[in-house]
Parts: sequence; structure tokens; C-alpha cells
Amino acid sequence: MFQRISSIALHTFKQSVRDKILYSLVLFAVLMSAAAVLMGSISIGVTQMMLVNLGLGAIRFFGLLMAIFIGISLVWREIERRTLYNVLSKPVARWEFILGKYLGLVLTLAVNTGIMTAGYFAILLVQTPRLVPEDLASLEAVYFILLELALVVGVALFFSCISSPALSALFTFCVFIIGSLLTDILWFGHESQSAAMGWLATFLYYVFPDFSAFNVVSGAAHGTLVPGRALVSHSLYALLYAAILVSASILIFEERELQ
Amino acid sequence: MAVIELQNLTKDYKAGFAKNRLKRALDGLSLQVEAGEIYGLLGPNGAGKSTTLKILFRLIFPTSGTARILGRDVRESSLRARLGFLPENPSFYDHLSAEELMMFSASLLGLRSSEACRRTGELLERAGLAESKSLRIRKYSKGMVQRLGIAQALINDPEVVFLDEPMSGLDPLGRRDVRSLILNLRREGKTVFFSTHILSDAETLCDRVAIVNRGKLLGAGELDQLLALQVSAVEMVVENPSAAILEALNPYVRNMVRTGERVRMESVEGCEASVLLEKALVAGARVHSVNPVKASLEDYFMAQVGETAGHKPQATGSSQPSAGSEQRRGQ
Repeated sequence: MFQRISSIALHTFKQSVRDKILYSLVLFAVLMSAAAVLMGSISIGVTQMMLVNLGLGAIRFFGLLMAIFIGISLVWREIERRTLYNVLSKPVARWEFILGKYLGLVLTLAVNTGIMTAGYFAILLVQTPRLVPEDLASLEAVYFILLELALVVGVALFFSCISSPALSALFTFCVFIIGSLLTDILWFGHESQSAAMGWLATFLYYVFPDFSAFNVVSGAAHGTLVPGRALVSHSLYALLYAAILVSASILIFEERELQ
Repeated sequence: MAVIELQNLTKDYKAGFAKNRLKRALDGLSLQVEAGEIYGLLGPNGAGKSTTLKILFRLIFPTSGTARILGRDVRESSLRARLGFLPENPSFYDHLSAEELMMFSASLLGLRSSEACRRTGELLERAGLAESKSLRIRKYSKGMVQRLGIAQALINDPEVVFLDEPMSGLDPLGRRDVRSLILNLRREGKTVFFSTHILSDAETLCDRVAIVNRGKLLGAGELDQLLALQVSAVEMVVENPSAAILEALNPYVRNMVRTGERVRMESVEGCEASVLLEKALVAGARVHSVNPVKASLEDYFMAQVGETAGHKPQATGSSQPSAGSEQRRGQ
């Protein structure tokens, strides 16, 4: 079982690499180098804050792009191209296939994020003489970005099992936007005079994943560390939500006919 | 022992814009395949052949009925470790090379690395792909992909091999190779179940066949028995007959074909060999040979499929000899 899941996951990673997905790293490198040169004239404290904001923002942006645009075709492409027949005619259970694909894309994103993070710290080292304990906040922010990406992949995978890439992209993007605004939506629901609005806001708050909770880039720019309890609770939250999304994808895919 | 057992297999698809109509792709298909035989599933396009194979590999699910392979329900995914499958018009991850695809397939089957390497080398050699094993599959021709499909279906040395239209996309040499490969598999004691609409392949290879059309089983059995049932005429070849001899034989024969100095003819329905021979000798004909006419698989197929399609088999009879035409008749 583990061998089959890991084979599918590693193959998904290899597929992303060969599809030249990691070319986004080049764009990231260009962006960061340009930023470093342009900010050279600004005072060091301001430069660092801007670099942290820009660097972590770029890591998050490129990660989200990859998570959505690879995730939405993760299953659909296999069905459309009928490459799935070769896999499922082997002793591979459908849940193993879905889990393998999910883990493969998360691995791709982790490697991609890891390389971008290394580049980011390299630029920081160029700009500042040495790393300080506050820079640990950047690492925490990167970890939160990874948790967020794992959730986005789960959402994209779920939609990939039921619809075309265009619709999956639309749905995933909508879920991401709603999930990023959940705190505001909840506040709006409580402030509004309408009971229906309040109920709807509460419903959305509990059903949609709260992506805003994973965005700690601003705090990292100010060197604010995330409390240990929040690290654990957010990790568990992401793990639980990802498990629910992958399980739902499996339930749908188990019933899907591959004509 | 039955290796493959299908019982009342039925498959309905939802059709129409609102998916409110049912289209029956398989209609109570039942058949058994014995160990070590080559079994052909024949039928025109859309007959339900690929549907049957997809059900066996759980790519689609039957509406009703059961399917068992090697005594186990096809719903058990571990069963597939003992099977090999070539889908119709196979499509593989085209960013991989043939060698990588074979190793990937082997890893899904749980083969040890050394065993996977050995089998990969052997099978790619056998499929004629050894020289292009490092080439990305996206650069392969259709025939090469087909041969790779057969190679990957055999990576686990399966007990039962399922091939959906294995000759599709192959040139004459490739088809000969695949025929030889299928016969080799039987020699190795494996069971081969393949679907085709190319009847000559089935006639050459199969121990038994089943004919399906519109999802229904029209006939099944050993080729010899199926075709023996179709003996309904006698073929007689006469050396250089005169017009008077042909005239005398005309009431008793049909389908006269002149080839050089010989005229081949078939007895009309109800005319026995002894009667035909007597009439020929009385008329002064020099008889070269007299043989029973067995239907070819094509005749049988056309008779079965034509009936369900509402067509009458096309009449080919002619009372006058014609030169140059060739008819396929077994001995």
C-alpha cells in the first residue's frame, strides 16, 4: 500500500518537474534580485521589512498559483487522457491513487517553496550582515504558507474530481477568496441587522477553511513570532481540513465511472 | 477450471441531455473462460466489448450481474496483481520514457527492483522497443505505443492477460508479432482474453470465441464447433467443363467461379454430395475435388450480427461462372 502511494506521489512530483512547473522559480529569482537592487538605496531597516513582505508574498503567490493550476487538473487530466486506465488496472485502490496524487502535489509545492525560501534567505543575507532571531518569524510564515497550500490543493483536488479545470479553477478561487475573508464576513454578519445574514455568515465561517488564519506575513515583516500554541492548533486545523477534503475527493472518485 | 466467469452482466448508461434516458451497453452477458485458452470477444464497434473489459478492471461498474476472475470477485483490487491489461487505444504518461513507464508499472505491482529491471529489459526487447527505451513516449508512433501497452501488460508475468483490440494501430509486421506473442502466452500456460473486430485474427488465434452485438451474447463456443454447425453445402471443382456440362449442373449448383481452367461451384441447399457427384459424372464432367463447405468465422459473424441488426446476410450467389473472384471457404 505505502509503496503504491509513494510511487504515485513521486510520479506526480516528477510529472510537475518535467512539465516545467518549477520554472516559476526563475521568475521568483528574477523578482527577488530586482527587488534587492532597487531597494539598495533605501535605509536598511525599511529595506528588510519590504524584502520580507515582498519575498514571503511572492513565495505565497507562486505557491498558490501552482496549487490551484496544477491541482485543478490533477485528476481531470488523468481521466481525459486515459492515463488512469494504466494505473487503475494495477492493484491500486482508488483511494490510494487520490492520496498519492495529493501527496505528490504537496511534495512538489514543498520542494518549490523550500527552494524559494532558500533564495529568499540568500537575498536577506546579501542585504543584512547576518540573520537575527526575528528572522525565525519568516520561517514560521513559510510553514504557514505550506499549510495554506496543502489546504488549497485539497480544495482544488476535490473540484478536480467533479468538474472541468475551468470550473474547478473558478470554484477553487471562490473558496479561497471566501476563506481569506472569513473574519470580515463573520464580523459583517454580526453587525448586520438581518438574522439571515448572520446565519449565512456563521454558516460560511464553519464550512469554509479559514485561509486568513495562515497569513502571518505582516507579522513576520515586523519580526513577530507566532505563539507555539497557535503553531500546533493551526497545524491540526490544516491537517483535519485537508483530511476532510481528501476523504470527500475519495468518496466522489470511488463512485466515478471512467468511460 | 473457469478462470473468468461473467454472470448476467448488465450495464446501463445514463444518456441524453438531462441524463434521464438509459442506454443498455451490456445485456445479461454470461460466459466462462477456461484456464490456458485464448478466448476472443468479437463484435462490431459499440457491441459492448470494451465495456466488458472495463467492468472487469473496475473502470466502470455493472448495473447488475457478477464478474469473477481466478475465482475472486473483480471488486478485490489485489486480484489485479495477477492480471495484465492492455486498454483500447492505450495512452500513457508521455513525459516518461518506455523504460520509466515499465518501472512505474512494476512499482505499482510491488515488484522488486531487480525483478522489475530484468522484466523491463526482456519485455521491451520482445516488443521491439529496446532501442527506443529511453525516448519519451510523446515521441512514439501509434504502433510503438500499442507495443509498449502490451509490454507493460506483461510486466508482472500475469496469469490472465486481457487485451482490448491488441492489433489496433499495428502494421502487418506488428500484427504478426502480436499474434506470435499471444500464441507464446498460451504456450506458457497463460489465459488470454482479447476483444477484436478483426475476424481473421480471432480465427487464427482463438480456441473459443463469443460474439456480442448491442450488448447481447449471440453465440459462443469452440471455433470448430461453431463453424461446423454451418456446414450446409458441398464444394465441387470441375476441370475445364463445357457449356453443356455447366448447363446440366446449373439446377444443382450456385456460386460458380472460374479460375483458369477450373470451375468451382457450391451445391444448392438440400442437394447432397452424392447427388451432385452423380449428376456431374453423368454429364461427363471431369471432377477434380468434392469438399464440404464450412462457413468462415466471417460468415458466422455476419449471420449472427446481421440478424440482430435486422439485415439479411447478403446473397452472393451467381448461376454463371465468373473469373477472378475469390471466396473464403474452410475445409
